[in-house]
Amino acid sequence: MNKIIRFLPLILVIALGVVLYRGLSLNPQDMPSALVGKTMPVFSLTTLTDANKTVTKADLTGDIVLLNVWATWCPTCKYEHPYLLDIANNAQLQPYVKLYGLNYKDDRMAAMHWLTKYKDPYQFSIFDEEGTLGLDLGVFGAPETFVIDHHGVIRKRFAGAIDTRVWRKEFEPLIKQLISEKQQGQ
Amino acid sequence: MLNKVLFITMMGIALLFASNTVDASPVDTFEFKDEVTKVRFQALSKELRCPKCQNQNLADSNSPIAADLRRELYELLQQGKADSEVVDFMVDRYGEFVLYRPRFSNVTYILWFGPALLILIGVIVVIVILRKKPASKEGLALSTKQQVKLKQLLADNAEQSTGSSTVLEQKEKE
Repeated sequence: MNKIIRFLPLILVIALGVVLYRGLSLNPQDMPSALVGKTMPVFSLTTLTDANKTVTKADLTGDIVLLNVWATWCPTCKYEHPYLLDIANNAQLQPYVKLYGLNYKDDRMAAMHWLTKYKDPYQFSIFDEEGTLGLDLGVFGAPETFVIDHHGVIRKRFAGAIDTRVWRKEFEPLIKQLISEKQQGQ
Repeated sequence: MLNKVLFITMMGIALLFASNTVDASPVDTFEFKDEVTKVRFQALSKELRCPKCQNQNLADSNSPIAADLRRELYELLQQGKADSEVVDFMVDRYGEFVLYRPRFSNVTYILWFGPALLILIGVIVVIVILRKKPASKEGLALSTKQQVKLKQLLADNAEQSTGSSTVLEQKEKE
């Protein structure tokens, strides 16, 4: 008993070391969204390409939706762009999954130019110049991607760029699950 | 006296720097409807955390999202929303994370009571150690042999002092 007590401080220090060491490799930006499990917030904004066309929440519901927050001022969005094109052109996903853009606090002309230059992976992009929808979604940077199910409920929020590895690890299992949920009519 | 003067001067310098850092935080040109709203705005922007630059509050941060949230905070307060409503608004969007003073919940009990618990454990350990000390003295008690010797030494000493002569004098006599 006495021996154990003698080594207790050492054991505690080692345990603390393990905990702190683990903390070093955690990503502090990786926070669960407060909106997961809640319905998509209501909004009424114009599309990027047409300042006279208003879109609302109803335009997004019905399919499994990937809502990608992007902007021309965001270098990581440029890195992510080819992977988004891949997703949009994926024949297996196309019948079920629709990719929409949320152009966040950007300049309309610059954003339109970006999409002609790098091709447009989105069904359409919502133009959120003031960041109001971004605020309601708890967006704090770009890129961010939300997965919304066919009932309009937010199922996932991912902050950071999507690439092949991230897609396989973070998105593919959830998308498969959502497709089967939809097919079973849940 | 000199020490006191020095101390006061140092404190003055420290205060000067402290007020300077407050001045260095981003300046918004909000016009508040009354003084109370202004104070509430300042208090809330210090207590709400910037989601992007995670170790700064809204008042400190220069990031665009913090500026947006300050503007939103300003508008909510101008609309006459209560502090609790403003906090709910932020938590609904950015999660419990934005609160520098987290609310009581199953997840945050350890944050609130952990430090008190640790102090309590510390106090208990200290008390246990202090209580143990007298007990360990018993192990140091003299054996009978040592006690006999001690008595003898004391007796010798007593004899010498009754002889009203110092050790030095005795040595001289010898």
